[in-house]
Amino acid sequence: MTVVSVSGLSHTYPGAAGAAVEGLSFDIPGGALTALLGPSGGGKTTVLKMIAGLTVPTSGDIRFDGRSVLQDRPERRGAVMVFQNHLLFPSMSVADNVGFGLRMRGLPKGQIADRVARMLAMVRLPDFGARKPGELSGGQQQRVALARALIVEPKVLLLDEPLANLDAHLRLEMRDLISGLQKELGITTILVTHDQQEAVMLAGWVALIMDGRLQQYDAADAFYKRPASEAVARFFGGQNFLRGRSAGGVFDCALGPFALPDGVAQGDGVLTIRPEAIRLGKGGVNALTATVTDRIFMGTQTRLTLRVGDVVLQALLTPDLADGIMPGQAVDMHLPPQSLWVMP
Amino acid sequence: MPRDPFAIRSIRVISGFVLVVWLVLPLVPLAIWSFARGWRFPSILPQGWTLRAWGYALSDTSGVLDSLLLTIWIAVCATGVSVLIGVPAGRALGMHRFRGKGWVELMVLAPVIVPGIAVVLGLHTVFIGLGLTNTITGVVLVHLIPTVPYVTLVMAGIFASYDPAFEAQARSLGATPLQTFWHVTLPAILPGVIVGALFAFLVSWSQYLLTLVIGGGRVVTLPLLLFNFVASGRNDIAGAIAMIYILPGVLILTFTARHLSGRSVALGGVGRI
Repeated sequence: MTVVSVSGLSHTYPGAAGAAVEGLSFDIPGGALTALLGPSGGGKTTVLKMIAGLTVPTSGDIRFDGRSVLQDRPERRGAVMVFQNHLLFPSMSVADNVGFGLRMRGLPKGQIADRVARMLAMVRLPDFGARKPGELSGGQQQRVALARALIVEPKVLLLDEPLANLDAHLRLEMRDLISGLQKELGITTILVTHDQQEAVMLAGWVALIMDGRLQQYDAADAFYKRPASEAVARFFGGQNFLRGRSAGGVFDCALGPFALPDGVAQGDGVLTIRPEAIRLGKGGVNALTATVTDRIFMGTQTRLTLRVGDVVLQALLTPDLADGIMPGQAVDMHLPPQSLWVMP
Repeated sequence: MPRDPFAIRSIRVISGFVLVVWLVLPLVPLAIWSFARGWRFPSILPQGWTLRAWGYALSDTSGVLDSLLLTIWIAVCATGVSVLIGVPAGRALGMHRFRGKGWVELMVLAPVIVPGIAVVLGLHTVFIGLGLTNTITGVVLVHLIPTVPYVTLVMAGIFASYDPAFEAQARSLGATPLQTFWHVTLPAILPGVIVGALFAFLVSWSQYLLTLVIGGGRVVTLPLLLFNFVASGRNDIAGAIAMIYILPGVLILTFTARHLSGRSVALGGVGRI
């Protein structure tokens, strides 16, 4: 149950204008799955490579259980990285790929064969040992790569976009496999992803990294309820933002004063409410009358575009609640105070 | 390129035939000479047949076998050193961008472009100063001038399409740098190393001028010996030695054609430079 601490971590690629990663600090809990989330090219993979020892930080420190590992070479560090494109060694069979780490450690052949067989069964590929990587599907290759990393019993497992190259139905299967194995083995796992859904479904804690900087490090649900900034809220699908001033539990803005929940920021700020938190109907607190300008049926949800004066709000409703509401119609709506949040 | 399978096959057969004629026809008179007892113009075939030339060529007195072993030894040494230099050099050229890379590429190519005689006469004075003339070491060193570029260029092509992330993956899984090279890098680049080494071997094997100048007549490789017999008008013995001399080329051609032809990674990579 290794705790990974990163402090002041920065990296600048030689010849690059700006830093790929700058001043990152956070503690990753032992035995849990934590996600590094952010848009592509935001420096997440660089962080993972630095933890693995494959890239040397320009400055800052990385500690496993309080001990700095910067001097440990990658093969001695105990952090194993699984790359996005799985990188199975093409000249080796599946079994030889999975047993690679144990062979490098000089374990006896019989013991390696036993552990390879057990590991392949765990990733549900029990009869695939003799095949070559080229004969496997993308999802199977990804599972072999996972088995190859887990077999060496790493202190820290680093997964770089493990679901990105998979089809939708395989993605769910792989997600459940990763989640199940991680819980079963209790290995501290850091997952890099650009997909916020994937991050919140797999990870207890999420670090949102944009432009090489940490935007928010929080429990998964906090990104929806208490985003640190408008950029964070937008990354998680937030669409409703109102500029104004928060004072004494009231937010003053173009649409009038709104009652706020306790504990929100004071002063000038941006009010946000998630599209799915907007309620239709008369008689709530923070009531408004809006004109429906657009309606999109999305299967499990219906999106309404609502105009109040000059302000446009987006609402996501279950289809039955949106039944019979058509563009051009006026609707009553309200913004429940406990769903409001103010960002600086 | 025509897509009609019959047309493709015809082109293949015809070009194959032309190639065989082109390669084999000049060798036919040599082969006949080595078995001929008297062959005067304008006879189409010799007056008689004999194994005398072969008997002499393979005897101790002719020095052909000693020369053969020496030539192999020099070619093997030059090939080995070329691979040791060419693999890392090719990796640097194929995988990394660095300041002055264009110049380095030009310098690597230079020995292939610049005529050997221009270089070797200057080198001769240097080698005399170093005491390397008339020695096998000197000849091996001078053979590196044309062999290293071949290996370097082949390896640069291989490394240009090589993904170093495999090495990072191996390190992360617990392999030391040496284990990583042996188990991951080498299997990936081996076809290129083989092609490069075969090129280097053949280039060293066919050196005449460089061996003559630096070896100073003391280091008599097969081409030098062959030339001696040609110059002294012994066409029958020259023919037999020539048959021995072309053997590695034919063997290597057969080997590469069988194992490394078509869609091979190694030969595909050569096209880049």
